[in-house]
Amino acid sequence: MDDFKHCAYLDPILTRFENRSDYLVQILREAQDCFGYLHQDAIDYLATKLNLPRARVEGAASFYSFLHLQPPGRYRVLFSDNITDRMLGNQALMERFCRNLWVEPGKPAEDGLVSVDFTSCTGMCDQGPALLVNGHVLTRMSVERVDRISELIRGKVALTDWPHEYFVVADNIRRRDVLLGGDWQAGEPIRAALARGADGVLAEMKLSNLRGRGGAGFTTAVKWESARLAPCQGERAERYIVCNADEGEPGTFKDRVLLNSYADLLFDGMTVAGFAVGATKGLVYLRGEYRYLLPKLLANLERRRIDGLLGTTVCGQVGFDFDIEIHLGAGAYVCGEETALIESLEGKRGVPRVRPPFPVTRGYLGQPTVVNNVETLCKAATIALNGGAWFAGLGTKQSTGTKLISVSGDVEVPGIYEYPFGVSVDRVLNDCGAGNAQAVQISGASGVCLAVHEFGRRIAFEDVPTAGAFMVFGAHRDMFEVARNFSHFFAHESCGFCTPCRVGTALVAKLMDKVASGSGSQYDINEIVSLQRVMQAASHCGLGQAACNPVMDTLQKFRPAYERHLRALDFEPSFDLDESLATSRQLTGRDDSGAHFGQ
Amino acid sequence: MDAMDAVAVKPKVRVATTSLAGCFGCHMSFLDIDERLLELVELVEFDRSPLTDIKHCGPCDIGLIEGGVCNSENVHVLREFRKNCKVLIAIGACAINGGLPALRNSFDIGRCLQEVYLTGLNVENGQVPNDPELPLPLDQVHPIHEVVRIDYFIPGCPPSGDAIWKFLTDLLAGRTPRLGHPLLRFD
Ligand SMILES: Cc1cc2nc3c(=O)[nH]c(=O)nc-3n(C[C@H](O)[C@H](O)[C@H](O)COP(=O)(O)O)c2cc1C
Ligand code: SF4
Repeated sequence: MDDFKHCAYLDPILTRFENRSDYLVQILREAQDCFGYLHQDAIDYLATKLNLPRARVEGAASFYSFLHLQPPGRYRVLFSDNITDRMLGNQALMERFCRNLWVEPGKPAEDGLVSVDFTSCTGMCDQGPALLVNGHVLTRMSVERVDRISELIRGKVALTDWPHEYFVVADNIRRRDVLLGGDWQAGEPIRAALARGADGVLAEMKLSNLRGRGGAGFTTAVKWESARLAPCQGERAERYIVCNADEGEPGTFKDRVLLNSYADLLFDGMTVAGFAVGATKGLVYLRGEYRYLLPKLLANLERRRIDGLLGTTVCGQVGFDFDIEIHLGAGAYVCGEETALIESLEGKRGVPRVRPPFPVTRGYLGQPTVVNNVETLCKAATIALNGGAWFAGLGTKQSTGTKLISVSGDVEVPGIYEYPFGVSVDRVLNDCGAGNAQAVQISGASGVCLAVHEFGRRIAFEDVPTAGAFMVFGAHRDMFEVARNFSHFFAHESCGFCTPCRVGTALVAKLMDKVASGSGSQYDINEIVSLQRVMQAASHCGLGQAACNPVMDTLQKFRPAYERHLRALDFEPSFDLDESLATSRQLTGRDDSGAHFGQ
Repeated sequence: MDAMDAVAVKPKVRVATTSLAGCFGCHMSFLDIDERLLELVELVEFDRSPLTDIKHCGPCDIGLIEGGVCNSENVHVLREFRKNCKVLIAIGACAINGGLPALRNSFDIGRCLQEVYLTGLNVENGQVPNDPELPLPLDQVHPIHEVVRIDYFIPGCPPSGDAIWKFLTDLLAGRTPRLGHPLLRFD
């Protein structure tokens, strides 16, 4: 590889992205496709060509877990490790797979054929356990499938020749309300918006009282209006509509279904937003795990251009130009946070920005930018079409409209359920066939854990807000293990920028492991509680602030699940003291009492 | 006169200190409270400490531990302190994080011993010392809170004399010790 000229494959990529350093993440992602990793010389070459410090290029490459600076195996196998995958037995499957192929997790096989590891939730909770092989998602793993995949890899069969059914991702729509049940032609919402005029659309949006579906629940009309009023900056003065399709929150997969089967509605919504805000460009930030959707989405965009729904004079409206491009993420949950997402769109490490300024005044490339969730934008399209009053008539006073809920875990019928806001947890549990639930984790790892006595509560911003996840835990599950899984998720996904979160998430995960290994005490629980206080108060972004939520909730509601793991003693060391002398004992040949620890 | 009596009647707070895998820098910094030592000894008396040369710790109110845990003796001393001290304080980076000695954690202890005593340059007829009097090294250097419960931590490498003074006077006065930003700033 040493004499190899990296320019051969890098130049066409650079040309396609116009040598623009703000496309660095996309350039790196495509460059990696050549050899499965980014060679040091390729980093050098890109730094020179893009006129960036080398550290910027390597810094970005090392940030994203789907970008590699060392060669992984030719087949990179990642087992999705959300708690729902665990409940479906992913750990045993991974062990079996490793035994089949004689590999260890985290270490590429010596012959370079295969590497195996875990990855955070892949958004396939309704059809897990899931895998990613070289970035392609495989669902419904079983012993048979894992064995067959081992054989395919050993036989070096190309991924394109693997059984097609392994790659099937079903929508699993179980309950349709006005959004999923609607029947609209592509472009209809845009034409309705053009007829209303930009002010008219904003007025309808205000009337609808639509609130963001990505988690924070900010009023969408306020966002749009602020961006519309904010002045553009400098040369490339334009406004942007960004669709947050990062969907990284464990247990959430409703955006996946919208992107797969309602993409026209989403693109209509983005275009409507562009019209109302005065933006000329839309960007979709699609999580790397959903890469399999890319060809279909690109084809859809192409068709819309031909149909006049994108490009110049959209739908014949002179002066309204709007186009959409798709950026792929590369395996970083924090990039769902809107300012980290913008950093990533600009080709940098996904580290959240200091706010203010908010994206609506200074977002992508310093310009006024609206960041909205996929579902929010789909809803906006229906509002443009049917009006704000129609939408406000659904749901509750402060939570108008419907909500898509991603149901997974111990239920008979996992999948997507659309309800008007205000639906009770009980009702959802009934509809999905959750027999003996002891808990529901709502809105993902950073959401809330509800116990049986709270099942009467309602899903709405007034009561239990949600970004859409609904993970059900049957009576036989250990809620401590649920929280421990989430604590590792946050430790893995912390971007490392601020100390309370970088160190705090690691310490909490370590303490949870200590309790799990049977050497925990009340002291360790107190430690977790005091760490939580620091992290919640001092973390830079929502990730660190929410990282202890699942632990605190389960500690409060399932304390015995923790106490079962504790030793009755006041304190236990976090490692085996006597074992830590073993090497020294062996080398000195000693076995006297001084060479051991009594209790 | 009353004040003198009151001090005389009130039993002094007993303090023990030790240095485990540390460099005695924290103890030196402790001495940097200078003339305030005289004020301190009005309030406390020292039990086991390098300052007194008392070899074993009796019942104490406060124990100050410098350094991390790198060998079996460290563990025994630390356990003795925990058993006898109502309040145990980790002082300095090594006690809190393992510090400089923990840099050896990326090396295998067995291979270190072999290289130093058996296979290294200029070693002839080497032998790994095995006298039972000698403490055995642990395979890793640990912060002290991984071995016993620790109540307070004074960060710094070393913490300044002022920081130690502030911490101890807070503690003796019954206030939750609080080092403000100037005392926690190291650059
Ligand atoms: C750590 C973190 C992760 C997030 N992940 C997502 C996500 O995956 N998808 C999403 O739509 N919003 C996510 N958000 C919320 C976004 O920051 C932002 O509020 C949202 O995209 C705004 O869109 P909305 O108003 O339409 O909800 C996340 C926030 C944080 C703090
Ligand atoms: S809270 Fe965590 S994820 Fe957010 S900026 Fe700090 S380190 Fe990064």
